[in-house]
Amino acid sequence: MFDVPLFLTFAAIAVACAINLVLQTHPISSALSLVGVMGSLAVLYLLLGGQFIAAVQLIVYAGAIMVLFVFVIMLLNAGAEKRPSRRVLGAAVALPLLFTAAALGAVMITTQIPKTAAVKFGAFQLGGAASIGRELFTRYLLPFEVTSILILIAILGAIVLARKEI
Amino acid sequence: MLAPITTAHYLVLSAALLLIGTVGILLRRNAVVVMMSIELILNAVNVNLIAFSRHLDQVNGQIFAIFVICVAVAEAAVGLGILIALFRNKETVLIDEIDLLKW
Repeated sequence: MFDVPLFLTFAAIAVACAINLVLQTHPISSALSLVGVMGSLAVLYLLLGGQFIAAVQLIVYAGAIMVLFVFVIMLLNAGAEKRPSRRVLGAAVALPLLFTAAALGAVMITTQIPKTAAVKFGAFQLGGAASIGRELFTRYLLPFEVTSILILIAILGAIVLARKEI
Repeated sequence: MLAPITTAHYLVLSAALLLIGTVGILLRRNAVVVMMSIELILNAVNVNLIAFSRHLDQVNGQIFAIFVICVAVAEAAVGLGILIALFRNKETVLIDEIDLLKW
């Protein structure tokens, strides 16, 4: 019964924080806005029945990745960026086009998928750690192992990039 | 009574986040903020995947969302490493001042 207000509240928070991310001039403000987006999206994942994904979203995104971003911002000592002057024309052309694309996309989505069942909290039972782990270690075992190789390559790349003589 | 929330609502939210992320990539000058906009786009993809996972009543979309999160982590680590190396050489992270490959 609280599905509709919860969705509306947290979707509005997510969109508002995303717009704030683009509008703020200081990178730290943008990073905090991105944390707001991540947190509200985690609540939306819970509404969709993805408990495990919601936890992963909070731990990995809002925890690890954002700490990395804030760390890099403080390391680079990046101040507030000045308002771009020569990009105003591009923005004046691009923004109406993008909003038109957004409106078209919304209309297309709502007409293509007109009658779907309502998303009820608790209706989807497969989002727990047990069922996801079972799928991940049986059917998606090969992609899972390939992902570990990807992360290994990323670690090696980060170490190589962080050396002094590049 | 408000209208019930359907999958289409989640898809509209996802499209909005993706477009805002695109605007961020196009308009911001700071490379760190550009990378944050990329993370926003990856999150929009995740919303789509999880909404369709519930819509089709299968767990596959959530597995793919986990893979997307893994790729985003790797991308953030390597991308921020590149940014730090770039800052060490060029003393800037503003993308319109990094024009080494521009003739």
